[in-house]
Amino acid sequence: MSTEKVSMNIISVDELCKSYRVSVKKPGIAATLSNFLNRQLHVVEAVKRVSFNIDQGEIVGFIGPNGAGKTTTLKMLCGLVHPTSGEVSVSGHRPKERNRDFLQEITLVMGQKQQLIWDLPPLDSFFVNAAVYGLTKCEAKNRIDELAAMLDLDKELTRPVRKLSLGQRMKAELLAALLHRPSVLFLDEPTLGLDVNAQSRVRKFLRQYNKRYGATILLTSHYMGDITSLCSRVLLINEGSLFYDGPLEELTGKLSPYRSVRIELKEPHQKSSFMQYGILEEFDERLVRMLIPRDELTAAITSILNSFPVKDLEICDPPIEELIGNLFQSGIVP
Amino acid sequence: MYRTIHYYLNTLYWFWYTGFSSELEYRLNVYVEIFAVIGNLTGSLFVLSMFYSNGSTLGGWTFNNSLTVLSIYTFLEGLTTCFLHPNLSRIVRHVQHGTLDYILLKPIQSQLWLSLRIFSPWGIPSILVGIALLIYSLSRSASLISYMSIFLGIIMLLSSIVILYSLWFILATTSIWFVKVWNATEVLRSLLVAGRYPISAYPSMLRAVFTFLLPIAFLTSVPSEVFIGQSSSFYVFLSILFGCIFLLISIFFWRYALRFYTSASS
Repeated sequence: MSTEKVSMNIISVDELCKSYRVSVKKPGIAATLSNFLNRQLHVVEAVKRVSFNIDQGEIVGFIGPNGAGKTTTLKMLCGLVHPTSGEVSVSGHRPKERNRDFLQEITLVMGQKQQLIWDLPPLDSFFVNAAVYGLTKCEAKNRIDELAAMLDLDKELTRPVRKLSLGQRMKAELLAALLHRPSVLFLDEPTLGLDVNAQSRVRKFLRQYNKRYGATILLTSHYMGDITSLCSRVLLINEGSLFYDGPLEELTGKLSPYRSVRIELKEPHQKSSFMQYGILEEFDERLVRMLIPRDELTAAITSILNSFPVKDLEICDPPIEELIGNLFQSGIVP
Repeated sequence: MYRTIHYYLNTLYWFWYTGFSSELEYRLNVYVEIFAVIGNLTGSLFVLSMFYSNGSTLGGWTFNNSLTVLSIYTFLEGLTTCFLHPNLSRIVRHVQHGTLDYILLKPIQSQLWLSLRIFSPWGIPSILVGIALLIYSLSRSASLISYMSIFLGIIMLLSSIVILYSLWFILATTSIWFVKVWNATEVLRSLLVAGRYPISAYPSMLRAVFTFLLPIAFLTSVPSEVFIGQSSSFYVFLSILFGCIFLLISIFFWRYALRFYTSASS
């Protein structure tokens, strides 16, 4: 029974830890000289005992504030960074060995770094990758045509990369990274800096790729649109520790102890009449929008319905974008 | 076997084709580079002819034999410009900007990629002139040149290329820890300049340093001596031994260093 379960997990991470030694330097010329002669190092625990499993074909969002340990974890999954302790398995391989079969199965896309040759058209970079991955020219051409159609790329493929817009360049980067048809995709902020249309195009492409090839995708992004439109499951990491692993909707309950209530009244009422129920977010005589603590919700709604002439009432969770946006800004996980 | 050879040849073709194309993207730069190559070669020949204008010798070497040293220096300088400099000086940049990640994720030996990815055509004139000078100097040499000495000379030349490459790669590898080691690799390139003249022309202290501490002697002087049939078999053996040892060190050192690679932060 357990063997079946293990075989489904394409990514398996157990008690993963990574610590770095970084130098600490105070400002000023004296501190600079002292740091040059006698470097003070201290240990930073970037990832602390992180464990999770991902099944084949899943799209999982990996979210957390800056410096939470997302990229370090992704790099350990790719085999770029060696873990201090813990076990990682991707497609049955130990990433840090970086053997040929493993590298043929994975890809890493980084929104802030590029692999395309700056002065040449993307097509040249694609053929370099095709040669390195051992594809024939014919195979490479077919795959380029297929992926270019999915990504809506055409004339851009023959223009030097330096002449392309950021959106066009990112699409070409994706094509270069997926030419060998990997089954596991590690995407580190793939929509960084793109406009709304380009973001939506990239998301659509990733959904198509996932469906067509059954690829497993682990995605980090600060744009919640990427997460909400692509991922049904999220991993939330903060200060190196995994804080949440589960469906996106449940995360909302965890992040916010309130529910958002919108009330439309038949007659105007005083603002002060509603203050006792929770935090008022919006008030306009007939329209009230407020946050009510989850454990007081039933009592508060019953009281409101009995005390005021309610025309319409709507209860919902605060938008996830807002919640996680606040989390990213504050860097504090409740 | 055939498939492996085809794989590497095809990969090298795309590596060098794209490197060459990138250079040709900037036309003015092409003209400037051609001008620089011609100027550099003319300068070298002029300086050497000045040394020997009065029929004097340099460290016991005649003009023709010194020409052999210069020809090997010119050949190595060309090779450095074609491969070593464009590739190995880029390692530091890859580490600093974190683009080494993409190379390490490719199913190919990362050392091979980092050593042969770029082909810069600006070293070709030096390589050709180096070969022509070598043939010219050997044909005018007073001593009898045998096939054996030519064969051993070519082996020595390969050995000197391997020594130079390995030293440079080992220095560039330290960028995994120290990130910025441009200066160190530039020092190595400057040291190669010391090999432009026969090693015996230097004071004995420097000669010992250039032979055993920094194997400059094995880069130009020893191959020249072998070509003109004046070297002892001890130096031939030492050169091959140094070549093998330095190459193995560069391979194992790179693998060891990668364990400490932390990648640039995003």
